[in-house]
Order: sequence, then C-alpha cells, then structure tokens
Amino acid sequence: MRRILFLALALWLIVPVATAAQTLQDILQTHQEEVLKPGRRSVGVVLDDLVASGLPQALPFLEAWRDREIVQRDSDGLFFRATEDGDALALTDLDTGETVPAAVSDDFTESRPNGGVRRAIGDALVQFQLSDPDITKRRAAVEAIARSMDVSQLSPLEGSIDTEEDPALKAQKTRLVGMLQALFGENTETRVAAIEALSGDLSVDVRAVLNRITATTPKIATEVPEDANVAQILTVGEDITQEEAYARLVAAELAAPLITKAAVRDALLANIVDGSVGGITVDKLDTDAARALAYDALALDGLVAQRVKDTEKVEALAAHTFYLDYTEPDSVVTDAASKAIRAIETNVALSQTADLALDALSLASIYFLAAIGLAITFGVMGVINMAHGEFIMMGAYTGYVIQLFIPDYTIAILVALPVAFAVTFGAGVTMERLVIRHLYHRPLETLLATFGISIALQQLAKNIFGTQARPLTSPEWLDGALVFNDVIAISYIRIAIFVLALLFLALILYVLKRTRLGLEVRAVTQNPGMAASMGINPDKINMLTFGLGSGIAGIAGVAIGLYAKVTSEMGADYIVQSFMTVVVGGVGNVWGTLAGASLIGFLQKGIEWLNPSNTLAAQTYMILFIILFIQFRPKGIVALKGRAAAD
Amino acid sequence: MRKSFVAQNPSVLWFIAILAIFTIGVTLLSEVTGVNMISTSFVKTLGKTLCLCLVAIAMDVVWGYCGILSLGHFAFFGIGGYAIGMWLMYARTEGIVVESLVGQPLPPTPQEISDVIGNQIFGVVGSSEFPVIWSFADSLFLQLLMVVLVPGLLALVFGWLAFRSRVTGVYLSILTQAMTLALALYLFQNDSGLRGNNGLSGLQNIPGFEDVSQATISIVFFWASAVALALGYVFFAWIVSGKMGSVIKGIRDNEARVRFLGYHVESYKLFVFTTTAIVAGIAGALYYPQAGIINPGEIAPIASIYLAVWVAIGGRGRLYGAAIGAAFVSLLSSWFTGGGAPNVNLGFYEIQWTDWWLVLLGFSFVVVTLFFPKGIGGLFDLLVRKQS
Repeated sequence: MRRILFLALALWLIVPVATAAQTLQDILQTHQEEVLKPGRRSVGVVLDDLVASGLPQALPFLEAWRDREIVQRDSDGLFFRATEDGDALALTDLDTGETVPAAVSDDFTESRPNGGVRRAIGDALVQFQLSDPDITKRRAAVEAIARSMDVSQLSPLEGSIDTEEDPALKAQKTRLVGMLQALFGENTETRVAAIEALSGDLSVDVRAVLNRITATTPKIATEVPEDANVAQILTVGEDITQEEAYARLVAAELAAPLITKAAVRDALLANIVDGSVGGITVDKLDTDAARALAYDALALDGLVAQRVKDTEKVEALAAHTFYLDYTEPDSVVTDAASKAIRAIETNVALSQTADLALDALSLASIYFLAAIGLAITFGVMGVINMAHGEFIMMGAYTGYVIQLFIPDYTIAILVALPVAFAVTFGAGVTMERLVIRHLYHRPLETLLATFGISIALQQLAKNIFGTQARPLTSPEWLDGALVFNDVIAISYIRIAIFVLALLFLALILYVLKRTRLGLEVRAVTQNPGMAASMGINPDKINMLTFGLGSGIAGIAGVAIGLYAKVTSEMGADYIVQSFMTVVVGGVGNVWGTLAGASLIGFLQKGIEWLNPSNTLAAQTYMILFIILFIQFRPKGIVALKGRAAAD
Repeated sequence: MRKSFVAQNPSVLWFIAILAIFTIGVTLLSEVTGVNMISTSFVKTLGKTLCLCLVAIAMDVVWGYCGILSLGHFAFFGIGGYAIGMWLMYARTEGIVVESLVGQPLPPTPQEISDVIGNQIFGVVGSSEFPVIWSFADSLFLQLLMVVLVPGLLALVFGWLAFRSRVTGVYLSILTQAMTLALALYLFQNDSGLRGNNGLSGLQNIPGFEDVSQATISIVFFWASAVALALGYVFFAWIVSGKMGSVIKGIRDNEARVRFLGYHVESYKLFVFTTTAIVAGIAGALYYPQAGIINPGEIAPIASIYLAVWVAIGGRGRLYGAAIGAAFVSLLSSWFTGGGAPNVNLGFYEIQWTDWWLVLLGFSFVVVTLFFPKGIGGLFDLLVRKQS
C-alpha cells in the first residue's frame, strides 16, 4: 500500500504536464469495467490513476462513488453523477459539473461498490483532503484522523507531510504520525522509537495513545501462560480484595457464587411451606442468624444451593492466579510505553505543581487586594469595618454601571478604576464622619454599627440591581490565557489582578513610608495625643486613612468583579477571609497582609489539591488551620514589636 | 446583712411573672382551649421567639456581662437543633419504615430496617450508609445528651484554645465568626453526614405522638420553651448577681486588673463561654422542633451577628433587655418580611417593606449603637429614675 502511494505521489509530481489534456471521463473510460463493478483488488488501479491525475474533479467523484451515486449510460458508456429525482435521474457531468438533461433510470447501470471498496475509496479521499489546497479542509482532515486514530490513516498522513506548506499543520501532522506509529507501526523498532519520541509530550491525546498501548485486561488462570504479556500479577489481599477476586472467579464461572443476604431472603421466600421454612416458623426469621439456620436446613434437603464455605473460598482463590494482561502482545512495546508514561507522569506532576503555585499566587493576590484596604482601616486605625466587603461590592457595581455607559470595555475599565476609588472613598469618608468617629473607643460597637451598615448596603444593592448576578466584562485583550504547556496555563485576568496587587502593594508602601500623609498616619497610629500636639489633625488623618482603605476596596471590587460575578453578596464572601488575612498576617503591617494573603492562598489551593472534589471542605479545613495558627502566633506572622504593639 | 437573691434582683420576679401571665394567656387563647384567637402557627412563632429570647440571654451574659463578643453562639444553637433533629428524623423514619414492612412475608432483620431508614434519610444526598455521627440517633436520651455535650465540648475546646493564647476583643469576635463559617461550610457538604444543603426536615412531627394534633404539640413546646426561658433567666441572673458576677463584670471592664487581683481570668471566661453555649444548644433543641426544619443556612455567620444585634437593641448588660430585644426585633422582622407592614407610597416610589426592612434594620441598628447604647432596656432606667 505504502509503495503504491509513494509511486502515486511521484507520478503526481511528474505526470501533470503529460496528462494536462486528460479529463476525468478519459480515466474512467480506460477503467470502465473496474468503475462499474469494482472489487477490493481491482479498485486500486482506478484509485491510483485518479490520484496520479491530480484532477480537482477527482475528489467530488470519489465522494459520489463512495455514496453510490455514479451511473453509466448504457448507450455510450459515459459515467455521470446521478441523484434520484422521482422516477427519473438528475444527472451531472463529472468533469464540468454541469447538469445534464434528466433521463429515465432504465437506460443506466449503477456502480455499486461494496463495503471493502468503499473503505478503500474513503482512504483515498482522506489522502485527497490531506493534500487539498484549502488549508481549512486539510485541518479538518487532520482533526478527523486525530479523532478516529485508525491504522488505515497512517500511510496517507505520512505521505502528505512532505508537501504540507503550513508549518503549524505540518508539525501537527508529524505529531499525529508519531502517535499513529506508536500504535500501529510496522515493527517493534519503529513503534518503540515513536513511543520514545512521544515521552516528552504532556498533552492529553498523547497520554491517551500511551494508555491505549498499555491497556490491560484482568485475567484469571491456574498457570500464567508463557506467551502472555503480563503487566502485573495481583496479590489477593493487597492489589485486589478477597471479595473482588472471588467475584471475578464467579464471573469467570470458576467458582460457585456466594449466597448473599438478599439471595438467602429470596430462597426463604420461595420455600415458605405452611408458615415455616426449613423447620423454623416465619415470625422467628427476623435475624440473620435465624435465616442462616433456615437456609442451611433447606440446603440439606437439596432445595437450594449449598452455602460456599470459607475454606472453599480460600482454596479457590489460592488455586488461581489473578493477573493483568496487556492487550498489546509485544512486551518491548508495552515496556517502552509504560516507561514513557512514567516519564510523562513525572513531568505532569511537576507541571501541575507549577500550575498549582500559579493558581495559589493568583488567589493570594485576590485575597491581598480584598484585604489590603482592611489592613489599613483595621490594621492601622484599629477600626473593624464589617462593611468593607460591601465597599468591594460597591466598586464592582460601579464598574458595571460604567460599562453600561461606555461600550468600549478597555476605556470602561480604565474609567471604572478611578471612579470606583472615588465612590468608595466618598462612602468611606461619609461613614467615618457619621458613625465611626463616635466609636473610636468602643471597637466592639464599631463592629456592630458597621455590620448594620453592611446589611443595609447589601439590601440596597439588592433593591437597586436585583438579585441576579451582573456581568463585569473584561476587555478583549484580557481574554484567553498564557499557556506554558498543556498543563500550566494562567488566564490573563489573573495575571492582571496579580499585577494590580503588586501595584497596590507598591503604592501603599510608598504612601505610608514616603509621603507626608503616610508620616502623619503613622504618627496618629502610634500616639494620637502626641501627634496632635505636633500640629497634626488626627481627625483629618483618620478620615483620610479610612477613605484610602475604602477606596482601595472599591478598586479591588472592580478587579474581583472581572473574574467573579457581581452580586450583592459578593462582599460577604470575602469579608471573613479578608479579616483572616489581616489577622494571620499581623495587624498594622502591609507586609504582614502580604504574608497572610500568600499563606491563605497557598494553603487553600494546597488543601483543594489534596481533596479536589470539595472546595467547601478546603475552606473548612483552612479556617480550622487559621484558628489553630492564631493559637501559636496570636499576633500574626509579622508581629509588631515594642510600643507600637501595645493595644 | 446580705439580701436574698430575689430581693437583690427584683427583675427576676417581674420577668417570671410577666412570662407566666403571657404563657397562660397564650394557652387560653389558643386552639387547644377552643378559643382560636391565636392560630397554631402563631403559637409556634411565639414559642420560637421564646427560644430566641433564651439564646439572647445567653449571648447577653457572654457579651454584655463578660465582654466577649462571640459571633458563634448561633452555631451552638444550630448544633443543639441538629442534635435533637437527628433523633426526631431517625425515630420518625423508623416508625414509618417499620409500619411499611409489617405486611412482608418475612419479618425484617434489624439490618434491613436500618438499611431502609438510611436510604430514606440519606437518599437525597446520594447515600444510604449511616455516618458515624448518627450512631446514637436511635436513642432519645443519648441525643438529648448530645444537645448539651456537643456545644459544650466545642465551646470548651475552642474557648480553651482562644482564651489560653489571650485572644481578646475584635480578634476573638473574628475567630468565633470563622468557627461559625467553618461549621456552616462543613454542614453544607453533602458528605458531612447531615444531609448537606437539605438539612433535617419534618421535625415538627414528634415520634410516638403521631395522633396528637399539632395544636397540642405547639402548646406543649410553647410551655417547654417558656419554662426553659424562665429557668435560664433565673440561672443566669443567679450567676451574674453573686461574687462570680462581679468578677465577670470586672473582666469586661478591665481584664488586666482582674488578672492582677489574682483571679484566673481564663477559667471564668471559659466557664461563661461554655455555659452559655450549652444554654444556646438547649434553646436550639427547643426551637427547631417548632420550626420543623433545620439547614446549614441557619448557622451561617450572619445569624450569630443578628443575635448580637438583638442583644444590642434590647440593651446589653441586663438580661431582660436581651429577651426584649430578641422578641421585639424577631417579631418585628417577621411582621415586616411577612408582608404584615403596609407599603408606603412616596408618590414616585413605593416602599415595599419586604425589600426595605433590612435597610431600615441596618440603619436603625447604627442609630441605636450610636445614640442609645443602652438599647430598649435603657427606657426602664428612665422609668425607675422618675419613680425615685
């Protein structure tokens, strides 16, 4: 087959000049007999000639032929494509594609290729598609091959590689040939070579190919046959439970089935005679022991099958060997494939760790963004603001509203960030002036008052925007993900949030450490009375600090809204985590918040990795961990020392 | 000369007297006596309110007297509910299952019965196995013990960990809130063994009393709640009035000073925290058979914060204040959200209280915190002062 194909290819390259005047009809006329009554063997000649001709009409002809739409006119022996049109036939000229006047079907003989011939035609079709000038058709053909992964596709695919112009598609074809060779290569050497070439690839389809090679079937034998390609001999009790092993014996009809409780029950039910079974009255049969007695009595009478004794069970198990047998008979190939799988698995595990770390980093930056505003109000001012989550929500809704007015998402986001800051800054300052100012010496009551504001704001948002989630759409350039390999990928939004978190870290550090405002904030934090006597207005500073913290919450809201949905309850989802972040990190310290966010982010992802099906459990365990953590470092990771640490 | 306990606390007598009159009044007007002035569902609401008053009193002791703003007491309340709910659900399902299996040609084995019950109860979460925590569900006595033991032990361990490392103030509040959140999230899981999101239901049907009408059952629970509230009130009034009460209040006002005086502050706090948690659990065990259903949403952190809101509005540091706050706010809340309050038409906008009640509550809560730190209970001070 391959030789023919190469020949065909060579012909196709050389012949065109010579056959330029040839039409499809000419070729068909030279092979009249084979076209009309094609056989599995004879069809090859026609196909080779068709492929060699390089005629564009050959492709639709082959499709029509495969679909049994080719007819021959009895009068002059010409071939047409025909579709039934009532009693008559609608005819199409094969070369020009023009419609020929309809005719009566009696004047024509149909070509009816059988299944084998149609398969051969299909292969030739694939080859045509693989070399089609239209790249989309070529892609479709390659994808179709990747889906079906059939042995017949190997040679056409291989043949089409050299002529492939598109480098990406060429690489894809080469890769696919590699996979097909691993599966169906001619001899052990080619397969092993192909498998080894695959071992650097982490993608799912390669792993599927390798798994297909190393697929096993469980088998039972008294003696393992010598020619078997055994993957693993199963030890009963370790690799396989006794129950399972015995069930396999039963399934292979090598042992008598165990009598289950349900079977006992059914047997007893079937043998009730005059209100008693096996000499025991029915009303006493309400325990398993009594039922067992009755059953054994029935078995003695030969009415039901004997119960399998434990010793019999053990003997049956001992008499047989349970093993996994490779479906692939060649042990060299399976060894190579298992080696490749191990290599890939190690690689995948490493990549997954890296991917997990990226995920954790992005979660940490989200927590950081959500908590950094709180770190300022709670950490620096000692004010506990339960409405912080609602400020995050306000920021997100601000972004949503702005997107309603500005259709360009890029501009909308750029506008939304400062506006969200302004809105929540205003809200924060108002709240500080009206409520918190009066409660500086009663921190627990601040908690409750701000909680009151929190439920009011949440309900207000619900009344205004409704309960369903509102979208905050990210600009197009944030769509998609940065892909490192088949396992490691991170979406651009998460990268953007990470960058935003870094920016804010820098900004806040700058404001607190390098500006006049920061100096005054630190002074008021350490000793308000002394700061006031130095000409600083603590009232004003408190107000500005609170505004700053709230404003940052607003910006965090826009960022969080981009990757999660905007709802009135989104703030409440973050508030406890944010407090945890601040407390774990160490109050009154921006670096502490960073440490806390990282710890919580990595921890949560780590626990999720251990128990991937259950994110709720991950959160539960994380909170428990934090509660324990606080026991050992009550002041957090980065604890303030000296006088600043005094409450 | 030391005055007697009652003389020291005139409010105890007043409270019990009013509670007794209220209880008898409601009973006389209920469907049981045939007067039908108060519907069974409203009797249940009142009974539930009494339970809320009880947990509010416990909250007041731990917060108003001891200064620990626990945001976890509603979790203990919920645990109590779950503990009793397990027995109610198990016993009732068992009754139904046994009845349905009577006609079988073979009498069922205990294992078969248990399998069918498991299937009935855990079918909704795709399981039929009994989790370990249901081991005692068949025994009323043991589950009643659980009502007390589980919240008590949880509070003991948590409190010991927290107080030992001197977590105080808002940190403790956040920590208790985290505990509540963790518990709620845990219960939300389907494999938590407590039917996840579905919670336990059908708790209003008391096993063994299928023939008794709900009207009677509601009155019985109403009385039980009232008695529990009275006992709880007396118990806590006794605790906070003696020498121990002084120490507890001292801890609230200045923890360091009490410690320097030689008191083991942690033990006192732990005692208060654990005792109030147990009372909260008992209140929950009385509440949920009247509510009929319990699910993890009830335990969510917000419920515990509402508890603090009731106590704050009622007036901290006085037991009757907490009870009044809980009754007032929860009844008002169900009046507003139940559509009882008339909508206000502003011409350009119609205020529907089902939507706006929470906004009103939130802001009025801010106002109370700012301007009336003594809450509703503070009004009584004004009365007393005028008389004297």
